[in-house]
Amino acid sequence: MQLEIKERTVGDVVILEMFGKIIIGEGSVQLRDAVSRLRDAGRNRIILNLGGVSYVDSSGIGELVSSYTTTKNTGGRLKLLNLPKKIKDLLMITKLLTVFEIYEDEQAALDSFQ
Amino acid sequence: MMLAENVVELTIASQLEFIDLVTTLTDNITSMIGFDEESAYWINMAVRESVANAVEHGNKYDPQKSVDIRFTIGVDALRVTVRDHGEGFDPATLPDPLDPHNLLNPAGRGILYIRTFMDSVEYERHPEGGMIVTMSKRRAPKQPQDLSEGEHHHDAVGN
Repeated sequence: MQLEIKERTVGDVVILEMFGKIIIGEGSVQLRDAVSRLRDAGRNRIILNLGGVSYVDSSGIGELVSSYTTTKNTGGRLKLLNLPKKIKDLLMITKLLTVFEIYEDEQAALDSFQ
Repeated sequence: MMLAENVVELTIASQLEFIDLVTTLTDNITSMIGFDEESAYWINMAVRESVANAVEHGNKYDPQKSVDIRFTIGVDALRVTVRDHGEGFDPATLPDPLDPHNLLNPAGRGILYIRTFMDSVEYERHPEGGMIVTMSKRRAPKQPQDLSEGEHHHDAVGN
């Protein structure tokens, strides 16, 4: 399995902790399915903790963007937590750093939903 | 003086599962010829993106069509070519992923990443069909200390 996703809930915010690779194929699909399931359940306040992600390709970056836009389109918010440097580099190259809300502290990310 | 080049070739079927095989070989080659960890990581990604494009957009997952990868290890640079057997495309016609209107597109960033991480990237149509991308990354020049037998070790210079 390319990507392992652990789900936690703090109040009405869902934290998806991700471990592994978000790359074309299985990893990207797993992320899409996880966010889609939450959206279908009406849970659209989401934090993606990417601290355990070792590799993301352009497909994975695209999936992060899709997750962000689909969540936003349903009136929710999706934020990123603990970005590894290389993922940050990939977002910067494609001018996406300013699109996402990015946090390095979980509590700060949770507080931002208030 | 004749400069020697070593060539490593690999052909895979159009399945995403085989991409890891190619990137594992990429890692072995970049490690063997002394690229530093940072450069090796981004070369790995450029190769991954190129092969994924060939499988997905070039060959459209057709199991009858292969993706051919060639690593040419030169004295000054590593050159990688990736060929598909699809319809071909003109990279100049692809939407600019940095255009504000395209920033939130779910796809279209792969070639930008490849161009960012490699020193040169060229796309051309193969005369017998399909696209071939040729990309290269300069190898760091050897430092004078590397040539001595001293205990000094220097990492290769990154981007």
